[in-house]
Amino acid sequence: MIYPGNASCQGCPISLAMRCLDEIENPVVAMPAGCSTVIAGLHPHSAMKLAVVHVPFASTPAVACGLSEGYKKLGIKANVIAWMGDGALDIGFSAFSASAMRNDDIIAIVVDNEAYMNTGNQASLSTPLGAKTTTSPMGKRIARRNVGLITLAHHANYVATATVGYIQDLRAKFRKAGKLEGFRFIHVHAPCPPGWKFPSEKTIEVARKAVMSGAWVLYEYEKGILEFSAVGKKFLEKKNRIPIAEYVRTQSRFALSDEEIARLEREIDEEIEILLRFKKPRDSNS
Amino acid sequence: MDLEPLISKAKMASAGKTGGWRNYRPVVDEELCTTCGVCTEYCPEGVIVNGKIDYDFCKGCGICKEVCKQEAIRMVLE
Amino acid sequence: MQRGLQARSDKDGFRVKKLLTSNEAIAQAVKIAKPDVIAAYPITPQSPIVEKLAEMVERGELDARFVNAESEHSAMAIIHGAATAGARVFTATSSHGLAYMLEMCWWIAGSRLPAVMAVAMRSIGAPWNIHGDHLDIILLRDAGWIIGIAENAQEAFDMTLQAFYVSEEVNIPFAVGIDAFTMSHTAEVVEIWEPEIPKRRQAYTVTPGQEIAVNAVTLGKARMKARYDLALDLEKSAEVIESSDAKFGNHGGLVESYRLEDAEFAVVMAGGWCGDAKDAIDLLREEGKKIGLLRLRFLRPFPKKAIKKLKQEVLVVDRANTTIQGVLGLEVKACGLDAKNVVAGLGGLEVGVEDFYAIFKRFVEGAINEVEWFL
Repeated sequence: MIYPGNASCQGCPISLAMRCLDEIENPVVAMPAGCSTVIAGLHPHSAMKLAVVHVPFASTPAVACGLSEGYKKLGIKANVIAWMGDGALDIGFSAFSASAMRNDDIIAIVVDNEAYMNTGNQASLSTPLGAKTTTSPMGKRIARRNVGLITLAHHANYVATATVGYIQDLRAKFRKAGKLEGFRFIHVHAPCPPGWKFPSEKTIEVARKAVMSGAWVLYEYEKGILEFSAVGKKFLEKKNRIPIAEYVRTQSRFALSDEEIARLEREIDEEIEILLRFKKPRDSNS
Repeated sequence: MDLEPLISKAKMASAGKTGGWRNYRPVVDEELCTTCGVCTEYCPEGVIVNGKIDYDFCKGCGICKEVCKQEAIRMVLE
Repeated sequence: MQRGLQARSDKDGFRVKKLLTSNEAIAQAVKIAKPDVIAAYPITPQSPIVEKLAEMVERGELDARFVNAESEHSAMAIIHGAATAGARVFTATSSHGLAYMLEMCWWIAGSRLPAVMAVAMRSIGAPWNIHGDHLDIILLRDAGWIIGIAENAQEAFDMTLQAFYVSEEVNIPFAVGIDAFTMSHTAEVVEIWEPEIPKRRQAYTVTPGQEIAVNAVTLGKARMKARYDLALDLEKSAEVIESSDAKFGNHGGLVESYRLEDAEFAVVMAGGWCGDAKDAIDLLREEGKKIGLLRLRFLRPFPKKAIKKLKQEVLVVDRANTTIQGVLGLEVKACGLDAKNVVAGLGGLEVGVEDFYAIFKRFVEGAINEVEWFL
């Protein structure tokens, strides 16, 4: 859903994810400032093959809610998409949480490149432990916030994680979300070549190694039950995973001690353990 | 009222002919290419179809070379 | 007010008198305007407006979608989105709520989307204060909103209906100000009537299938041009306000003149306390002092013409201040008048008839300084 000749960097995961919006029927996108805004085109041009409403950061899910409510009242069929980066998710988190709890009829898609990349790579709540950014030049000493888990705790209608590394899986999730109603959240892992400091041709490899190491777990949560996605399922078992150090080494942004590497490994197991609880129907969860 | 300052219209080349950004040019070996479509799927620009690359817009990121299972694409210095 | 009442009647001649607070009067007017989407976050003292509307929606009396936002920022964002889709929209706020949503107030005005917001005008902290002044609504001054300030519940009702009409006519959002508690929670007799408001109109809508982007990053002249257009159209909205005044209660358009014809002294004010000021003027008139009042019904568009026409000695009594002096005082000065300025009534500090009498008396005696604080 994006025309060639746009302003994305070489190897950009966001423009790749934007292409996949053609899986969603009747889309209208609410888009805050960020890399996406620049990619989507500077006035008087738009690079997007769909309707885009540019909005301030914190407002994105709320504007999407308003668009959706307006269309419903006026009888217009639409899939309203709140297309955010991790930056808009940080500053707009209360709007995001409220939207999930109201079960607004929107699709919230977060393309997460794990820092505020458009403004020059400052740390976000998504920035992982040890990652160097311009505001954590020695490496971030705080762990990343796991938005997937938080959204699951909202018991949102549909929650999925995806990655540009497995594009068919991502497309299937966009497609499915487009056919559902209510609040739908897709968290897309989006390795950024200039921000994470790896060569532009390695976007897919880095994204896949995140899944293979367990740093990014792929799942879908629907009707109150979580399913791990087929493409990443085998990496749930520790023996099938590559060491997190191998994923970390694909990028030059990390500064991690051995203890911190061990902590990252431990956190992967913890995340999977929590996710497993959502595999049971909600009633038997307690 | 004048809507011109508020409304932007969709077009190709919103950022110009981005092919000019390229340092390396992906070249497809037609002998090896099976037109499997994997490069088409993963090209961030959407400029590869059936092993044919639109060099007006290809930014030369090299993802196509990386994902090609046939190793049918090589990167050539511009 | 009586003159206005007699001139008013809808097509069926159906009019009902009710005892309503300004909050309730606004809720009644909104119901008549039939908004498609209402979004709000409660704050004292506007909450009764949206509570009433939520009740109307739940009872099926009002066919609107009511969204409970988690903040004022989101409330304004939701009505921004709904307006972009083509829906008639309403929200209400006060004080810190308006401060919190200010970013979106700029955005909706810059987007040229019609919208109506009631503002129960309340002080902004610190320190905390829930009572009336105009410090909150003044935040909208530079954002590009039409800003009306009512004097009583009847005017709040009429102005709210006019707001939907004017906003959709000129593609500029419209704020209706009422004073905290002295109006928001004080019941007066209001005549309810149902003027015909045209169907929702707006300069553009965004719908699926379009390949356009609204408000993309601008370079060069576009931003300058958008801001210029908004300033110009805001000025021009004065004509729409004036020409629709008869249809919406005959309140006088941008200003109301009170005993100004032969006056040698003119007081400029806005808001609910003008009622007390008028009583004080009557007392001074009885003493033979030739004093009158120009009540500003609108802060934007600013009633420049009416102000420039003032040939009298002028005193502006303000309920909001910049750090230099009163806001209206500054703006009246900007019209070329050498006006005296009193800042009073912040945080709901009582200013009664006798206080106005004392201030005005000193004014006609030439004893008021250039800027004074009435503490």
